[in-house]
Amino acid sequence: MEIIITTLINGLSLGGIYAMIALGYTMVYGIAKMLNFAHGDIIMVGAYTIMVTLGISGNPIIATIAAVIFCIILGVCVEKVAYKPLRGASPLAVLITAIGVSYLLQSLAQIAFGTAPKNVSVGNMGTIALGSVKIQGYTIFTLVCTVVVMTALTLFIKYTKLGKAMLAVSEDRGAAQLMGVNVNGIITVTFAIGSGLAALAGLCTLMKAPLLSNTFGSMPGIKAFTAAVIGGIGSIPGAMLGGILLGVVESCCNKISVIAPYTDAIEFGILIVILLIRPTGFLGKKRREKV
Amino acid sequence: MIKSFFKTGRFRHYLNYLIIVVLLVVFSVMSLSGGMKSSSQYLLEKIAISMILAVSLSILVGFLGELSLGHAGFMCVGAYLGGKVSVLLSSLLGEGIVNLIISLIVGGICAAVCGIIVGLPALRLKGDYLAIVTLAFGEIVKSLFLNSSDASFGGALGLKTPRFDRNTLFIIAFILVLITLAVIQNVLASRHGRAVTAIRDSEIAARATGINVTEYKLLIFAMSAFFAGIAGVLFSFSNQNIQATKFGFNYSIEILVMVVLGGMGSINGSLIAAALITFLNVKLATVLTGNMAVLQNLIYALVLIIIVIYNNAPFLAAFREKYTLHNLWTKLFGHRAEHRRDDEKSWARIPTKINMDELLSVDTTPEDNRAVRLDGDKPDAPSASDKERSK
Repeated sequence: MEIIITTLINGLSLGGIYAMIALGYTMVYGIAKMLNFAHGDIIMVGAYTIMVTLGISGNPIIATIAAVIFCIILGVCVEKVAYKPLRGASPLAVLITAIGVSYLLQSLAQIAFGTAPKNVSVGNMGTIALGSVKIQGYTIFTLVCTVVVMTALTLFIKYTKLGKAMLAVSEDRGAAQLMGVNVNGIITVTFAIGSGLAALAGLCTLMKAPLLSNTFGSMPGIKAFTAAVIGGIGSIPGAMLGGILLGVVESCCNKISVIAPYTDAIEFGILIVILLIRPTGFLGKKRREKV
Repeated sequence: MIKSFFKTGRFRHYLNYLIIVVLLVVFSVMSLSGGMKSSSQYLLEKIAISMILAVSLSILVGFLGELSLGHAGFMCVGAYLGGKVSVLLSSLLGEGIVNLIISLIVGGICAAVCGIIVGLPALRLKGDYLAIVTLAFGEIVKSLFLNSSDASFGGALGLKTPRFDRNTLFIIAFILVLITLAVIQNVLASRHGRAVTAIRDSEIAARATGINVTEYKLLIFAMSAFFAGIAGVLFSFSNQNIQATKFGFNYSIEILVMVVLGGMGSINGSLIAAALITFLNVKLATVLTGNMAVLQNLIYALVLIIIVIYNNAPFLAAFREKYTLHNLWTKLFGHRAEHRRDDEKSWARIPTKINMDELLSVDTTPEDNRAVRLDGDKPDAPSASDKERSK
């Protein structure tokens, strides 16, 4: 029984990380209509920033704030330099540029910090005992983080002018522009939010798996992207649902020793099956094709 | 007569075969007479493998217009299954040419079957979603072979494959490049090839003209996977030890970079880019050692971003028009360029993208209610003139 509860809670916290990353993917896709393949590497940059600022200041909170700010600046710069010139070009071209940016960030990180993985400890949060169930502190931290971020984001989209403008751009870019929405500005804000979330996800991932290398963000990035697609890319609740689902599945698979090596295969298999049944994911909107 | 042959488009069509054959003959003579280092032979094998991979991905990305991020997955299937077959056969047939051919065919067919399996979702998904399915496929294949038992595919240690004669392996590899080219170029220049490019330019319009989209998509997926599988089998013979981790996402991207650098929709471009990148990869790996090795990736990333932005950015369109290769050629060599342009018309060229919105948004005057409607709306009630016509 205890094993089941700990597995589920671990799954939820892992899912929270995936959901935070997936939000970045899904918002950018919804608004800019592009797959930001470099998103996973923003997580890596965030984690490296935490490592550096932690070394200077020694305070995890300052380090996290610095990482969030740095990632926001980086995300906006990447958008301005690499993606903005391609607005209106074919989606394939934008996707390949994003892959290029991903490689660029990885190799820059490798030049700056070397290939050897670094062990970064962000501070021990201890364990919390609920009856006979022992839960790691970072698990609770990640869960709280996720819930706060999701609520804030949902409220932001629903009730602020900027949030409504984002919704409008994702519905119909042309019409939004005619109504006086600054589409380029909205896309920049989207990238900023996504990158800030990626930095937070970097912090949570770092607490869970403290080995930091230049491919630190690739696998969580791909998994989170899978989560975003499962939930329906472009849909914010979908990203949360997909992230949590994937996190729980991964956590459960890892507990069963027979199928543990095949965890990745199972997760990607789920993606393919769901896409075959519902091509737009669980909560994705089906667009009618018009000529 | 000979002179006129060299001027025709046909000649240009066969030029790539000719160059490969000439180079192959030169290298074969060098190799068989013993005047070639084994490192050069290895480099040539690698170049041939990259060429097959790039051309096979090029038909998928450049001609069908579907992005594959799991091309290394097809290669992995071919490498493991072909390699396993050759291991099993080497006790029966020895390590000769028969063994090699059988394992190539088996590896290719197994990969083609996987291609059809991946192609099936392609019928419901497109664009970014399909790219993710191919990525997922690549990761699944990698994971399955990585965790296989030692007795079946060697697991994490990798699969050892038999040793073939180094002096002839690259010759076989280049002959396979020629076969791949022959098959793919002929399919693309045929009626089927035009159907495929029609699907790329507008799937709905292609469907409306009676093209069986399902069949062609599966055909191209199977063909692309088949040749990737063959490249995989060659890879296993060339390395003699294959490990699943090699066939990850990064390898798929490397192949994609070749196709993009060569120019999407250009087979010869892919060939040149494949040869160039593989050559640079192998040579730079010896020059840039240790910490410098990362510069290679940095340069690739920058080149990829710059080329894609230069080729696609809408605000650079006027600049591109002004400084095309063709215009530069005219400036340098004057009238000679005119001949080339005529020649190009004489054999199948990829049509430029047609804006279907413009074509189909016919000005619908009240008299003509029979405007093309493909979006599922019910057509308006037929007007009086229509009824008369139907009588």
